[in-house]
Amino acid sequence: MTKPSCCVGNFVSCTIKPSGGCTLRAKCTSTKLCHIYNTKTSQKFVTLNNMYKQNRQGTCACSARHEKTYQGGKALIEVKNLVKKYGNHTAINRLSFRMEKGKIYGFLGPNGAGKSTTMNIMTGYLGATEGQVLINGHDILKEPEEAKKHIGYLPELPPLYMDMTVSEYLEFAAELKGVPKEKRKSSIEEVMKLTKILEVKRRLIKNLSKGYRQRVGLAQAILGFPDIIILDEPTVGLDPKQIIEIRELIRSLAKKHTVILSSHILAEVREVCDYILIISKGKLVASDTPDNLEHRMNSSEAVEIETKAEASRVREVLKDIQDIKESSVKKQTDGITYARLLPRDGKDIRENVFLAFAEQKVPLLTLKTEHVSLETVFMELTQNENITKLQEMEEREETEYAGDL
Amino acid sequence: MLAIYKREVKAYFQSMTGCVFIAFLVAYTGIYFMAYNLTYGYPYFSYTLSGALIVFLVGIPLITMKSFSEERKNKTDQLLLTAPVSLGKIVMGKYLSMVTVLAVPNIIFCLFPLIIKSQGNAYLKVDYISIALFFLLGCVYTAIGMFLSALTESQIIAFISTFGILLALYLWDGILSMLPGSAISGLVGVLLVLTLLVFYIYHMTANWMLAAAIEAVGAAAGIILYIVKSSLYENLLTKLLGRLALADVFTDVASNQIVDVTGIVLYLSIIAVFVFLTIQAIQKRRWS
Repeated sequence: MTKPSCCVGNFVSCTIKPSGGCTLRAKCTSTKLCHIYNTKTSQKFVTLNNMYKQNRQGTCACSARHEKTYQGGKALIEVKNLVKKYGNHTAINRLSFRMEKGKIYGFLGPNGAGKSTTMNIMTGYLGATEGQVLINGHDILKEPEEAKKHIGYLPELPPLYMDMTVSEYLEFAAELKGVPKEKRKSSIEEVMKLTKILEVKRRLIKNLSKGYRQRVGLAQAILGFPDIIILDEPTVGLDPKQIIEIRELIRSLAKKHTVILSSHILAEVREVCDYILIISKGKLVASDTPDNLEHRMNSSEAVEIETKAEASRVREVLKDIQDIKESSVKKQTDGITYARLLPRDGKDIRENVFLAFAEQKVPLLTLKTEHVSLETVFMELTQNENITKLQEMEEREETEYAGDL
Repeated sequence: MLAIYKREVKAYFQSMTGCVFIAFLVAYTGIYFMAYNLTYGYPYFSYTLSGALIVFLVGIPLITMKSFSEERKNKTDQLLLTAPVSLGKIVMGKYLSMVTVLAVPNIIFCLFPLIIKSQGNAYLKVDYISIALFFLLGCVYTAIGMFLSALTESQIIAFISTFGILLALYLWDGILSMLPGSAISGLVGVLLVLTLLVFYIYHMTANWMLAAAIEAVGAAAGIILYIVKSSLYENLLTKLLGRLALADVFTDVASNQIVDVTGIVLYLSIIAVFVFLTIQAIQKRRWS
């Protein structure tokens, strides 16, 4: 029996069992998430307090578990098993994640995925049906005042009192947040400078444009410089120049604070965030860095080729190349033959393809890997029902293979 | 709490609501004062005040209607509820700001007995006690109005429901005289009140087991008591519900010069109950 090259990645031990399966124990020394690849299926698992198992055609079982070192890492925010139900409708379904200091986290998901609800629960505005939210170790429900001291929140609709001037409003917010009296003035001055609203500070909020209102809301959120700044769609309704300014501001804030923002705009999240949590239908479907999310799909990425030769000739050439799992060849109307090749087990077949075609003197016009963008990842994760099915399958397997660990 | 209190008081005077309320109350009382005390020479200011009671019917809903409903509609409650301030303090800050607005005309009223005194005989003790009770009654109505405002998102609904309840309380004596006095009607009335209470408990807790248990135990106790000693139920409705004629405590002072200490306690307890209910109503919304 060939020894399966089952698991590579960030792990401390890998036991290969006689049945051909293997058990992997991963231990993360850093507080970063642990990545485990299954080279057999070219799939990469990103684990988050979770155990994943894969069993393909009975050849390989791969499992990974985060050890206590990961669990014990100091997290600023810890969300455990959050459930929120509105009557019969489940807005959030068993959401768990951890967030560390000094990073920008992005909540990504289609409309109605539960992003705002999650944020409202994290800030203590709403109560959860089940689950726990710890802010710097304080339970948001049991010690709300202590927990809320660490949070600055900009809800979807900035909570502004229309009949106040900007500086009156910020003074009120500062007092409400318990900013000490002697620091209040300088603190307000500073946030107004950061959000560039100094020139409107004497104007009534109801007379301000949407962009300025958004910035006043943002100023309120960062007032007192709490450890955690939560922004719900901070750039909605702003013009492109303002969006760039706000993004720069968010980036500069992240030097000292943890920033969490939600968005349904991918480009924004990719540009600003260090870490992305994709939520769909109230569930966390993926959480990783933007690059890793793209890479995750790329590992099984296809190779595209174009040539002027006939389709039958192309098929002939392809037949001799090893490691091609699947290929589709079609003749286009402009006389060019296009083929899409799926490699086996994440192998790089580009060189082989090039050499094979060169040998047969069939010139290639194009040879490139199909680039998977974050958009594709997002679409795949949020629209694919199989994801949840896969997770259920994994959960079931977890119990079956519990003895492996 | 202080921040909310200051902001609210400021808002009342910036948005004219507070000014309109004060002007309306003072002007109306002034007209009564001129007619009763100055023109007819009646030496009790307290009598004038009982005439001004009707202003509360419109005035109190005017200042309470937007207290929580507007915050909820504009989503500014998100700022308050995510700030490191407890819900009790938020409610108290708001309530005290409304009480402050209410206190302004009452302080102005303190001048009126002195005007009477400058013209001859005055009964300062009775007058000042009645002003104090008038203010306290206003506080009770404000607590009721605040609770109703916390239940809805619409200021109009908050206004109308508060107005309706205050009007019913104002006309309570008349309504009471129409109630039957027999024992069986007393039992029916008690069961009705019990059912209403149970409905409210069910609405708040969403626990039908608890609600049904309370209803069953309460109804059984009521019926057994009726079988054992039906004389207890005679005129019970009038006696029980008579306490709800809140203005009676005030009018006792105003027209009969009787100070009912239990009435003051009743006022204070009703205020406490409605402040508590307001907190619960907001708390409940966070969980549903």
